[in-house]
Amino acid sequence: MASLRDIKNRITSTKKTSQITKAMQMVSAAKMNKAEMNARSFVPYMEKIQEVTASIALGSKDVSHPMLTSRPVKKTGYLVITSDRGLAGAYNSNVLRNVYQTIQKRHKSPDEYAIIAIGRVGRDFFRKRNMNVILDIVAVADQPAFAEIKDIASKTVGMFADETFDELYMYYSHYVSAIQQDVTEKKLLPLTDISSSAKLTSYEFEPSAEEILKVLLPQYAESLIYGALLDSKASEHAARMTAMQNATDNAKELINSLSLSYNRARQAAITQEITEIVGGAAALE
Amino acid sequence: MKTIKVSVVTPDGPVYESDVEMVSTKAQSGELGILPGHIPMVAPLQIGAVRLKNGGKTDFVAVSGGFLEVRPEQVTILAQSAEQADEIDVERAVRAKQRAEQRMNEQKRENIDFRRAELALQRAINRIEVSERKY
Repeated sequence: MASLRDIKNRITSTKKTSQITKAMQMVSAAKMNKAEMNARSFVPYMEKIQEVTASIALGSKDVSHPMLTSRPVKKTGYLVITSDRGLAGAYNSNVLRNVYQTIQKRHKSPDEYAIIAIGRVGRDFFRKRNMNVILDIVAVADQPAFAEIKDIASKTVGMFADETFDELYMYYSHYVSAIQQDVTEKKLLPLTDISSSAKLTSYEFEPSAEEILKVLLPQYAESLIYGALLDSKASEHAARMTAMQNATDNAKELINSLSLSYNRARQAAITQEITEIVGGAAALE
Repeated sequence: MKTIKVSVVTPDGPVYESDVEMVSTKAQSGELGILPGHIPMVAPLQIGAVRLKNGGKTDFVAVSGGFLEVRPEQVTILAQSAEQADEIDVERAVRAKQRAEQRMNEQKRENIDFRRAELALQRAINRIEVSERKY
């Protein structure tokens, strides 16, 4: 049985750990609320741009644009969104496992795919396995502004345009609720599944539908990437909050069982001392 | 006088929402003025100012490119960034302007960075002018 002092030390250190995890949990909860709000304030923009894109792309049949037509696939791009830091439960590993398995299944050689990594964990994961990471961005703020992501988003869309890859999939963790996040695969480019629930309006185009698509489609694709990033940031904070909640709970349980054995050990020591005294007194009589 | 609902929306949230009598702005094909009852239209915008007239008052919003969507009852401007005149960080715009000018002096004309610096300069000048309401 461990000595009294050993148990005491373990209790103190576990208590300290639980204080840290508790603090991290509260920080994540606050960040999650903020991230959820950001995701919500992005919705009007997304809905509007989707509506206009759908109206133009579906409304006029005679327009064409490279981003709307599928071409033979020689190389596939994967955009993977992960976090920069760990301690977020299964958040990163779920996404990475999904991407890794898909790539193993679909491709035989590294020449057939290219990876764009947002987040340090994802970048390091793919680099370590010698997979083809062509673009990466780390240290994205917890509340990313559109300007921060604009650069990588437009580079990604540019790579599709200059045929670095012929299709692009996006992998991220979709925020369902504070306790549920699902890994989502989304085909970003070519934009074949544009749909709109709203009634399509027929517009006048100034100067022409082609000219507008040239500006609108890249902007649309960029906003899809930004939307996914906001979504996965909300999931990240939610996942971290849950992980830290569990850690705090486990620490509490551990402290309880340790205090129990501490009390037992103390009681045993007292009992032993009494027995010794009584025994000693009896020997004197 | 008849009014039309206008909203300026960016990825970071709505910037401006109000009913106005007239919207005027610079589209890529030239100056545009929208009054209530306009036919549905879409046009890409230049980096510039959007002027929103209501009564005797005119509001200014600086937009960095984007789109104008007109419907009979509503005008929506979708831009990747937009600020109302009194929300512009002038100091930051001045710094951005200097940075862009410096970069343009260093680069060759054909360079892609030159083009980017040029756009950055346009945005900075636009912000400064809108904040001073020079339009």
